[in-house]
Amino acid sequence: MLLGPLSSMRNFGTVIEMMIPITFTGLAVSIMFQAAQFNLASEGSFFMGAVAAAAVATKLSLPPVLSIMVCLLVGAVAGAFVCAIPAILKARFNASEMVSSLMLNYVVLFLGLFILNFFLRDPSFGMLASFPLPDGSKLIHFIPKTRIHAGLFIAVVLVIVTYLFLYKTKSGYSIRTLGQNAKFAHYSGIGVGGAIVSSQMIGGAVAGLGGSVELLGMYDRFQWTSLPGYGWDGVIIAILARNKPQYVPLAAFFLAYLRIGSGIMARVTDVPSELIIIIQSIMIMLITAQALLGKLKHKLVVKETIANGNPS
Amino acid sequence: METLVSLIFTTDFISSVIRVTTPILLATMAVLVSSRAGVLNISIEGTMLFSALMGVVGSSYTGSAWLGLLIAVISGVAFSYLLAFFHLRLKTDVILTGIALNLFSSGFTVFLLFMLTGDKGVSTKLASKVLPNINIPFIEDIPVLGKIISGQNFLTYAAVISVIALHIFLRKTRTGTYIRAVGESPEAVATAGKSVNNIRQTALLISGGLAGLGGAFMSMAYLSMFTKDMIAGRGFIALAAEAMGMSNPFLSFLASLLFGFADALSNNLQLINIPSELTRVVPYLLTIIALAIYAARAKAKSKS
Repeated sequence: MLLGPLSSMRNFGTVIEMMIPITFTGLAVSIMFQAAQFNLASEGSFFMGAVAAAAVATKLSLPPVLSIMVCLLVGAVAGAFVCAIPAILKARFNASEMVSSLMLNYVVLFLGLFILNFFLRDPSFGMLASFPLPDGSKLIHFIPKTRIHAGLFIAVVLVIVTYLFLYKTKSGYSIRTLGQNAKFAHYSGIGVGGAIVSSQMIGGAVAGLGGSVELLGMYDRFQWTSLPGYGWDGVIIAILARNKPQYVPLAAFFLAYLRIGSGIMARVTDVPSELIIIIQSIMIMLITAQALLGKLKHKLVVKETIANGNPS
Repeated sequence: METLVSLIFTTDFISSVIRVTTPILLATMAVLVSSRAGVLNISIEGTMLFSALMGVVGSSYTGSAWLGLLIAVISGVAFSYLLAFFHLRLKTDVILTGIALNLFSSGFTVFLLFMLTGDKGVSTKLASKVLPNINIPFIEDIPVLGKIISGQNFLTYAAVISVIALHIFLRKTRTGTYIRAVGESPEAVATAGKSVNNIRQTALLISGGLAGLGGAFMSMAYLSMFTKDMIAGRGFIALAAEAMGMSNPFLSFLASLLFGFADALSNNLQLINIPSELTRVVPYLLTIIALAIYAARAKAKSKS
């Protein structure tokens, strides 16, 4: 399990392939968690992004490069739209974004299946799947023997952009302030409602973009009949990376490595690959416990400094 | 539309509403106990899933549905102990831990199922038992009403009793009072010399037991087997039902009936040529709408 992914170029390639979608959702969740918005609809956004990209790719016959750009754009918009629903309910009515986003994932799944079944379905294909994606709308695979695709570059760029956005722009600052102390954000004149909605819409857009990249990079047809679970992986990654975009790729790599490793292990031995889910969840719980211990330690230090009359 | 109306006003439909409300109701009561103690238990979904499997496994190995139920409840309590341990003792964030536990449950149940049966989807290879339906004497002879009220599953009656029991427990018993006090003002309880953590832990364990009953209903009454991820968001719907019921057992009961109605409706709408993808959206969509309306009203109230 530990060395399996390194055993061949092909296996290592699958780690990178797996890393791409979860980098997107990891970034998406990080942005929302930085604003302390527990929106879990990145799962739905990712799915909807892929559905939207499939619809554009198969229904509109656009010239090659333009087609990819439109697919990605529409995917991002669809994703933003999904995550905006819990956000608006939260900002306007103060409805718990966590519960509504959990419900929304199911709504999005069935809506997506409806669209697939009634508008995109290829009746000549044996399974429930869309018409094949035209070659011009697929992302190129640039390393031989693997399926590593151009989405990797988009992911890298997005990590940098997200970092700059959160730490170097005004709206990024609003989002982080909201996450650290909503009351302070309110009294210091930050539009709290706006920050709530924008953080979740941006997160949704990133997840939706991830969905369309995954579809165009890895698939010939759209054929998901259940939620792919990358949104939940995003939550795990955001926790591992402590919501910091610069650590997201690292956490994504780590998670992908474990995943592929456990898949190889399941093939070689008869230990089912679900073992990894168990290990992951135990890991999260231990990490969150540590994160909180760290915070307590910090508070203690601050207290001591004040008690010693030395605030610097 | 006419067919829709004729569909709803049948004893079969109303009886099915009660049937599908049962797991939601038990889950709602589970959420209620924990949130009264000031801990939002979002791992109810995972607890139910785990208990559903353990009920099936337990009943097939012991050969008794009742022992299976007992094992399901114990598993629910044990699962909640994990949350209590991590949140209360190790001070983890309750929401993140809840998410982790839900993930854990969905992986662990498949892992265990595969280890026991070699199948990753369903437990048909385990000869599990089913909890009996109960006919109530006298009431079953009443026309119409008898058909609706009598002949439901044992756990359906248990769920209704749990609403009343929970009300009495929270109001009249010492532990119940402590639980409410901890939810309203943990500082006061701590000042009075009681351990906030211990009381919260008790509440979480009760919550796990109730969720265990709900899980057992899914795999030992609603269906006669365990299937992968069979809870399908009912534990999350319960969060919404509990919020709408304003943490009151009886109002939460009404709220969960509403979701049960939506669930039954979505099952029945498939009979009249509406694509199943759209009918299955109904309960979840209704939850979102109901949650928004409820929250909007609560907000308006707090302003005035």
